[in-house]
Amino acid sequence: MLHPITTEHYLVLSAALLLIGTVGILMRRNAVVILMSLELILNAVNLNLVAFGKHHGNADGQIFAIFIITVAVAEAAVGLGILIALFRNKETVLVDEIDLLKW
Amino acid sequence: MLTLVLANNYALLFVGWEGVGLCSYLLIGFYFQKKSAGDAGKKAFIVNRIGDAGFILGMFFLFQVTGSLRFTEVNEALRSARFAPEAGVFGILSLTALLLFIGATGKSAQIPLHVWLPDAMEGPTPVSALIHAATMVTAGVYMCARSNALFALTPETSHIVAAVGAATAIFAASIGLVQNDIKRVLAYSTVSQLGYMFLAVGVGAYWVGVFHLYTHAFFKALLFLGAGSVIHAMSGEQDMRRMGGLKDKIPITFATMFIASLAIAGIPGLAGFFSKDEILWQSWSSPLGGKLLWAVGFCTAAMTAFYMWRLMFMTFYGEGRMDEHTRHHVHESPKSMTVPLMVLAAGSVCAGWIGMPKVFGENGFMQALEHWLAPVFETGKEAAHAAAGHGAAQHDTTMEWVLMGVSVGAALAGIFLARHIYLRMKESERPTGGAMHPVLYNKWYVDELYDFLFVNGFSLGGGTLMARFDQKVVDGGVNGTAWLTRLVSSISIWYDTWIVDGLVNLTAFSVRALSYPVRFLQTGFIQSYALVFLAGVFAIFGYYWWVR
Amino acid sequence: MVETAFFYAFAVLTIAGAILTVTLRSAIHCAISLIGSLAGVAGLYLLQQAEFLFAVQIVLYIGGIMVLFLFVIMLVNLDAAAKERQYHRHWLAATACVAGTGALFTAFLLRGPALLKPNALESAAPVAGNVETIAVALFREFLVPFEVASLLLLVAIVGGVMMAKKRI
Repeated sequence: MLHPITTEHYLVLSAALLLIGTVGILMRRNAVVILMSLELILNAVNLNLVAFGKHHGNADGQIFAIFIITVAVAEAAVGLGILIALFRNKETVLVDEIDLLKW
Repeated sequence: MLTLVLANNYALLFVGWEGVGLCSYLLIGFYFQKKSAGDAGKKAFIVNRIGDAGFILGMFFLFQVTGSLRFTEVNEALRSARFAPEAGVFGILSLTALLLFIGATGKSAQIPLHVWLPDAMEGPTPVSALIHAATMVTAGVYMCARSNALFALTPETSHIVAAVGAATAIFAASIGLVQNDIKRVLAYSTVSQLGYMFLAVGVGAYWVGVFHLYTHAFFKALLFLGAGSVIHAMSGEQDMRRMGGLKDKIPITFATMFIASLAIAGIPGLAGFFSKDEILWQSWSSPLGGKLLWAVGFCTAAMTAFYMWRLMFMTFYGEGRMDEHTRHHVHESPKSMTVPLMVLAAGSVCAGWIGMPKVFGENGFMQALEHWLAPVFETGKEAAHAAAGHGAAQHDTTMEWVLMGVSVGAALAGIFLARHIYLRMKESERPTGGAMHPVLYNKWYVDELYDFLFVNGFSLGGGTLMARFDQKVVDGGVNGTAWLTRLVSSISIWYDTWIVDGLVNLTAFSVRALSYPVRFLQTGFIQSYALVFLAGVFAIFGYYWWVR
Repeated sequence: MVETAFFYAFAVLTIAGAILTVTLRSAIHCAISLIGSLAGVAGLYLLQQAEFLFAVQIVLYIGGIMVLFLFVIMLVNLDAAAKERQYHRHWLAATACVAGTGALFTAFLLRGPALLKPNALESAAPVAGNVETIAVALFREFLVPFEVASLLLLVAIVGGVMMAKKRI
C-alpha cells in the first residue's frame, strides 16, 4: 500500500510548500510573517534541489542548497534590520501602509 | 585780447574773441553771492551768444565767398575783379558784412544787443575799466575795421552800421543823462562812445573809428578807475545823489577825472576832441555819411558833455550829501590806484596828438596814426571811393573849422548847462525832464521790452507752444507706439495663451490621459508588485503549457 | 516502508507548519509553526541522506534565523498589528493567481514523471560520507562561490548593523 518514495513525491511537496509561501507573501499584511513566508519558499527550493541531486546521484544539489541557505541567512539579517528601521520610522509593520514606492 | 588783435585770420580772431568774452562773463559774475551779479553774467553770456551766432555765420559766408579766412587772402580776393561793389543791392557780400556786424553789435553793445553792458557793471570796477570800457567791447569795432575791404564793398551794410552806431550813440547818451549810479553813467557813456566808433566805421572812416577806440580807451579807463577810486572813498556807495564835495578830499582822483571829463566832452587839445571831431567831420563829409548822421553825432557830443559834467558836479562839487560815517571815512586812494590814474590822465591829454585834423597842418607826426594804419585800410579806402562813384571827398577847410567850432561850442554849452543845473540850482528847482524822465531813467524800457518779447513772450510762449507740441505730437506718438505695442502684445498674449500654452497643455493632457490606466498599476505596495510578478510566472508557465 | 511512513509524517509536519505560519494571527505563533515546518524539511533532508544539510538546517535555520525572528518580534511591537486585518485587500486576486499557478504545477507534475529520466542511481548505494563529499565539492569545484558567499555574509552583517542602528 505504501509506495516507495520517489522524486515526484518531493516535487509535489516542494510545489505545495512554494505555493503556501507565495500565498503568505501575497496576502499577509504583517511584514514579519512575509519574511517567514520567504523562508518557506527558500526551503521549498532547497527541498527541490536536494531531491534532484539525489535523483541524479551527485552532491551538487546540496551545494546549491548550502549557498541558498547562506543567501537566506543574509536576507533574513538584512530584511529584519530594514524591518526594525522601518518600524522605528513609521511605527508600523503593515506593508500596505508603507507605500513610499509610489513616489 | 592779444590773440584777438594779433590773429591773422578770422577763426583765430574768433578764438580770442570768445576768450575775452569768457573772461568777461566770469568777471561780471565775480560777486557770485549777489543774484544780480549772476544774472548780469548770464545776460551778457546769452546776448553775446546771439551776436556770436551772427559772427560764425558771417565767417561761414565769408569762407564760402572768398575761400579763405586769412585777412590778407580775404582782402586779396575782395580786391580782385571778382567782386563788384554791391551798391544799391543787397547781395551775398552785404549779408556777410551784416552778419559780421551782428557779431560786432553783440560784443560792442550796440542796439539791439546793448542791454548787457550796463548790467555788466555788477563786476569789479577794475574789470569794468579794462574789459568793459577799454578793450573787449571795442573788439567789435576792431573786427569791423579789420574787415574794411568787405564793408567798403557793401555800402548798404555800411549805412546800417552807421545808422546803428549813431542811434546807439544818442540813445545811450540820452539814458546816461538821468542815471544816478556813477558806474551806470559811465557804462552808458561807453555804449554811446562805441556808437561813435561804429558811426565812423559805417561812414568809411575806418582809421577814425580805431582812432576814437584808442583815445577812448585812455579816458574811459581813467573815468572808470576814477569812479572806482570814488566808490572806494565812499565806502562802496555808488549813488551820485549821496556824493558831492569830494573835490578837496580826494584831489588826485578829482584832478585826473577832471582831465578825463574834459577829454570826453571834446575840449580842444585833449584826446577826445581830436577823435570825436574827426568822426563828426567824416560823417559830414564822407561820401557814405550825411548831414543827419552829423546832427545825431553833434547832439550826442552835447549830451556827452552834459552827462559827464553832471557826474563831475554831483560827485565832486557842492555839499556832501553822504551820511556822517561815510563822510568821516572819505580818503584818497593808495598809490597803487592813483598812479594808474595819473598815467591815464597823461594819455588822455596826449593820445590825440597823433591824429590831428589836417587843417591844423600836415606832417608826419600830426597824422601819424592815419599813416601808420594806412596799409590796413588802403583797400577799404580805395573801394569806398570807388563805391561812392566820385573822387576823394572834397576837403572843405572852412566847413571843417565851422563844424569844429560848433561842436566845441556844444560841448561847452553842455558843461555849463550841467554846472547851472547841478551846481547853481537847488534840488527842488531842477527841471525834471517831464514825461521823458522815467522813460530815460528806465533805459527806454528796452529791458522790459526784451523781457516781454523774448524772455516772457518768446521763451514762455515758445515754451507753451513746445509744451503743446510735446503733449499733442510727441506724447501722441509715444502713446500711439504704446497703443500699438499693447495691441501687438495682446495678440501675442492670445497666441501664447491659446496656441503655445494650448500645445503644452495638450501634450501634458495626453500624457496624463495615456498614463491614467498605468497609474492603477503603480500602487506603491510591494505586494501588488509581487502579485504582478506571480502573474508573470503564471503567464510564462501557461505559455509553455499551452503553446509549446 | 519505514522510509515512506517517515516521509509522509515529515511531509504533513512541513505542510501543516507552513499553513499555520501563513494563517495564524500572532507573529509568535507563526514563528513557532515555522519552526515545525523547518524541522519537517530537516527530516526530509535526512531521508535523502543529506546529513550535512540536516545539521545545517537545524543549526542555522531553527537555531539561528528563527531566534533572529523571535528577537525581532520581541523588539517590534506587534500587538497593534495583531489586532489589524491580517490579509491584504487583493487577497482574491492573489488567491486566483496562486491557484492558477498551482494548477499549472499540478499539470506539469502529472506529466512530469514521463519527462524525468529513469533514475539510474536510484538503487545505488548512498555515496560514502555525505559531509566528505560536500566538503570535497565545496572546496574544490565551488571554492570561488564559497568565498563570494563569505563576502556576501560580511556585507549582510554590515548591512544589518547599519539598518538596526538608531541613527543612520
